[in-house]
Amino acid sequence: MNKPPLHTISVLVANKPGVLVRIALVFARRGYNINSLVVSPTVNPKFSRMTITAIGDLETLEQIIKNVNKLIDVIHCEEHPANTVEKELALLKTKASPAVKAFVTKNARKFHVRIDDASEGCYIIEQTGTTAELDEFEALIKKYGILEMVRTGKVLITRGKETT
Amino acid sequence: MQPKKTINGAEALIKCLENFGVEYIWGLSGGAAIPIFDALVGSKIKLILTRHEQGATHMADGYARVTGRPGVVLVTSGPGATNTITGILTAMMDSVPMIVLTGQTITAMLGKDAFQEADISGISMPVVKHSYLVKNTNDIPRIIKEAWHIAQTGRPGPVLIDLPKDITQGPFSGDSLDPEMDIPGYKKDTPSPHKADIVKMAKFFKAKKKPLLLVGHGAVLSRAGAAIKKLAEKLGSPVTNTLLGKGEFPETHPLSLGMLGMHGTAYANKALVNCDLILSIGSRWDDRINGNNKEFCMNAQKLHIDVDFSEINKIVKPDAWVVGNAREVVEELVKLVEPLDTADWLKELDYYKKEFPLKYSINNGLTAQQVIDTCYKVTQGRAIVTTDVGQHQMWAAQFYRSDKGNYWLSSGGAGTMGFGFPAAIGAQFAAPKDLVVAIVGDGGFQMTLYELSTVFIHKLPVKVLIIDNKYLGMVRQWQELFFDNRLSGVDLEGNPDFVKLAEAYGVKGFHMAKPEQCESVMREAMNYKGPCVIHAEVIKEDNVFPMIPAGKSALHMIVEKPAAKMEKPSGST
Repeated sequence: MNKPPLHTISVLVANKPGVLVRIALVFARRGYNINSLVVSPTVNPKFSRMTITAIGDLETLEQIIKNVNKLIDVIHCEEHPANTVEKELALLKTKASPAVKAFVTKNARKFHVRIDDASEGCYIIEQTGTTAELDEFEALIKKYGILEMVRTGKVLITRGKETT
Repeated sequence: MQPKKTINGAEALIKCLENFGVEYIWGLSGGAAIPIFDALVGSKIKLILTRHEQGATHMADGYARVTGRPGVVLVTSGPGATNTITGILTAMMDSVPMIVLTGQTITAMLGKDAFQEADISGISMPVVKHSYLVKNTNDIPRIIKEAWHIAQTGRPGPVLIDLPKDITQGPFSGDSLDPEMDIPGYKKDTPSPHKADIVKMAKFFKAKKKPLLLVGHGAVLSRAGAAIKKLAEKLGSPVTNTLLGKGEFPETHPLSLGMLGMHGTAYANKALVNCDLILSIGSRWDDRINGNNKEFCMNAQKLHIDVDFSEINKIVKPDAWVVGNAREVVEELVKLVEPLDTADWLKELDYYKKEFPLKYSINNGLTAQQVIDTCYKVTQGRAIVTTDVGQHQMWAAQFYRSDKGNYWLSSGGAGTMGFGFPAAIGAQFAAPKDLVVAIVGDGGFQMTLYELSTVFIHKLPVKVLIIDNKYLGMVRQWQELFFDNRLSGVDLEGNPDFVKLAEAYGVKGFHMAKPEQCESVMREAMNYKGPCVIHAEVIKEDNVFPMIPAGKSALHMIVEKPAAKMEKPSGST
């Protein structure tokens, strides 16, 4: 069976209280689950950027995007602009061991990973990359045992002069 | 030079509303809203004290539907605010402009379970077009200006403004009562229709033999009636209307088929099944019309005009669409279409009109249909009519034909019982010289009847026509047809004596229970100078036909109770 597609939605919003709730309600009302959500400042302090990933059917997604766009505090909302750079950051905690250290060192370039911290017998491994790269690395390092993992969720920005 | 007089936030708020030309505020006071009520003392805005906040919202709604201007509601925090939710939903579902001002606890106490604190901006979020929680007194003029603009532009809707008491009480030191708005995200206020889209749409009419125009509430809101009449007459196209589209194209016009849908006329629904082109003018293809998307207008190309882009593709995938104000679009469209040869089509529909007319019998006792039809004839179809929700609403839609938009006020989307009477009060405020008739059920009327005080005190000559069958009749009808007549939760035996009830409020009461009384009582009541209640006791078990079971298309319309058992409906409610 095919996995339902993961959609990335980029929303520029007024930097005001309650905006996140209004947007979340548009998803929740239709039973659409938000997979990841990043809210961050933009260069203009009046606005914030939200990058949302969600899993579900296209027809509902079209309704969601139109209804998010209708919100007064939303400047614009669109699905994954095509020509973008996208990144996500993960922090993984494992037991400290020479094997893990060797594995991270070996993959440092390929997966953009490094050990950020080694305290109380644990490593914290930092990785930056696309969502797919993070998934792939996670699958590989799983055999050493992951104690804990935190991911930021995906952010993206359009290439060239066009604004996101 | 006189020193600048300092005003507080509440006074700034009321001055702004005065500057917009607000005539009335409907509401009910309470602790957190006292500064705002205080600012209304001596204001030229007339405060109408209602008996319940729900009544206030429906009055503002009725006023807004008649005038096209936002109705303004003022209530206190906590339960005062939560009591407005049904009225806000009603306005939201039917795209009615409304401003709801709610008192709130002081900002320092927000989120601390203060007395009469309710997170009303949170509670109302899914049912408002927009809302504000005001945190700075000097923001009041900008916020009220934005709210006023947002409520009535684009697709209209309710806007809620939550006003903490320290904010309304605090000194206003802003520069202007008419500041710049700051709503960069609100670009959909009045989308101007794309000419190219209209040109594309016009091409679909070419060589069509069976066109059908579907008039919805968007046509009423944009006052598109004259343009639609031109279009229909130029094309020779029949016209049908939704429940809320009633009157914008006159239902007495020879091209009118009346209302379509679940309880629409048989001929409108036959037209829906057989048309080869359907143009929705400001209707959202609601499930009461559409029933079943797979079978909806299977042989027709579908065109859609809507001011709200999110309505396009929501229910029906149109072959062509235009986003814009219905009146503006239709005015352009008229110029681009050519007359069609629809003689055979109109003949076919005439046959259905003769074969399946709306009808009723007067041989088995007084019926709701007779009462409403008599009301129509006695008032010569000139009244502003409001309704509640249920059987009486459908019979009113069938038998009280409307020839003017905004003369028919009904809770379509939300289906709010208790709407009709307070909405009629709002309508009477908006049109003091018009005859206003609230056609209500015995169930719905008892939800908001306490506003009899309001009509008595303000001497509003509203006529309340209670269709009393001692049942929640529409649910009873469904239980009879689809649930083996297992009646559950529908029996209203033990209703009060509505005439005495009216008299207790100082309102005149009339009564009728026999077919032969109907006309004389109706005439007397409609000519009565003040407010009155007409208690019409009608036969108990009667069903609204035609009927399309929920979840089915117009193909499955029935015009009378079938002999065979019917399966339970699959559609929404």
